Amino acid sequence: MTTRELTCVVCPAGCRMTVTLDDGGAILKIEGNTCSRGKDYATSEVTHPVRTLTSTVTVTAPDGKKMLPVRTDKPIPKEKLFDAMAIIRNTKAASPVRTGDVLIPDFIEPGTNLIACRDA
Amino acid sequence: MTDKKLIIIGGGPAGLAAAVAAVDRGMDPHDILVLERDSEPGGILNQCIHAGFGLHRFGEELTGPEYSGRYIAMVRERNIPILCNAMALNLTADRRVTFVSPETGYTTLQAEAVILAMGCRERTRGALGTPGTRPSGVYTAGCAQRYVNIEGFMPGHRVVILGSGDIGLIMARRMTLEGAKVLAVCEIMPYSGGLARNIAQCLDDFGIPLKLSHTVTQIHGRDRVEAVTIAAVDEANGRRPIPGTEETIECDTLLLSVGLIPENELTRGAGIDINRATSGADVNQFRETSAPGIYACGNVLHVHDLVDYVSEEAVIAGTAAADRILGKGGSIVKSLPVTAGDGIRYTVPERIDLTADPEDVRIFFRVRDVYKKVQFFIETDGGEVLVKRAKSAAAPGEMESLTLPAEKLKSLIAGDCAGIRVYLKETGGKAQ
Repeated sequence: MTTRELTCVVCPAGCRMTVTLDDGGAILKIEGNTCSRGKDYATSEVTHPVRTLTSTVTVTAPDGKKMLPVRTDKPIPKEKLFDAMAIIRNTKAASPVRTGDVLIPDFIEPGTNLIACRDA
Repeated sequence: MTDKKLIIIGGGPAGLAAAVAAVDRGMDPHDILVLERDSEPGGILNQCIHAGFGLHRFGEELTGPEYSGRYIAMVRERNIPILCNAMALNLTADRRVTFVSPETGYTTLQAEAVILAMGCRERTRGALGTPGTRPSGVYTAGCAQRYVNIEGFMPGHRVVILGSGDIGLIMARRMTLEGAKVLAVCEIMPYSGGLARNIAQCLDDFGIPLKLSHTVTQIHGRDRVEAVTIAAVDEANGRRPIPGTEETIECDTLLLSVGLIPENELTRGAGIDINRATSGADVNQFRETSAPGIYACGNVLHVHDLVDYVSEEAVIAGTAAADRILGKGGSIVKSLPVTAGDGIRYTVPERIDLTADPEDVRIFFRVRDVYKKVQFFIETDGGEVLVKRAKSAAAPGEMESLTLPAEKLKSLIAGDCAGIRVYLKETGGKAQ
């Protein structure tokens, strides 16, 4: 039996959680979470950690803006963050763009999109 | 331009939410003017491209631009005028606001109410007095954030960060994702002032070391930063560097995330009372300062961890300012000072002005130290406990609050209570 101490990153409350695992890595107990999302986070974190990625892509906007903030609309596997950044670095958005527009569909994972976070 | 009933200084999250609240309370939007010094509204959120905003306010996790975008849309829907590129220069206690903008020139307007929503700014190297040369490559974390996220260029490649405030932690991750090597985050205190989630997702995720009880003792380089020397500090000896613990790290960039200061030059100019612990105005529960009709909300009042709380506070100020203008709201029958007792650094509000029919008052506060298990109390000067709550962990970086119910406040009107105090008792010892 092993235990893992985690800080929940789901919301700014940052609950400190303890996950108890059996020798095969199966979850026996999750403690310290204050909501069900914390439990989901702990489960994901000890099996397959994921993160929402935010970054910027270049854009030529009429108001002179050079950078457009973007994010993944779902968390992506943590180990693919740098692969995702390599694609983002070579992405250029065409104005006009509206908040929520999909810039790259099926980004990194099928069903996950890279979306715009502001109008440009 | 003619006089306005309500002038809001600052078009960031606080100013925008206050403007929306004032209209929703019944004000005509054309009686309101929001002054914004930048070329667009939204404030610092525009460069905070990371997610984590809006969980309380909107029930979903938004990025900064998305959060500000929603408020900008609400302001536009209500046709509230925002004057951009407008810099407020002076404020008087009788609510005359002087500002300058390309559109209006040098202008002074009289208002019936003013809401201060100027936000805060970062402490700089000058405030720390770090020894060494004066090369380029020393930035505040927020300045670097603007370069990367708005201007689109990287200010450096090998980075040391001094201070573990949230902006520093966020920038550690951002610079790493953009290809920089973040070598260390040094924090002079034995604990981080940043949110626990940011330590986890910005440092731990990328293996960036957090060196607690460490500071930068020397900056090297003539034209550009070439290295910094860091050292452990002695907690028991005024956090002085400990000789022999120095380590020199080769780097081209030093980011400072060493605290935020509410931007209160206008407030001081108007002779408004400032709280030494918050560096913001002293306010009552309506966020009204010592100058009648002048309100303050957001980071100009006290530095918040969450923009959601800024919006909430701005609603209080915006609603109260509208009530004053519309002639609503009862008269004050009793004023109770709120003091920060054991373990509490400050409270907001610092006084409660009771009307005959008071509403619930939520008191926000920060604790002095890191605690494992605590009990928070609100007590009268006569020793009567009004509110009590247990909490499993508390740290200075995370704002706490307690709500004083209306009926408790009502019971204080007649009695001889002359003030209330917020304090904590440790029940589980200090956390390490």
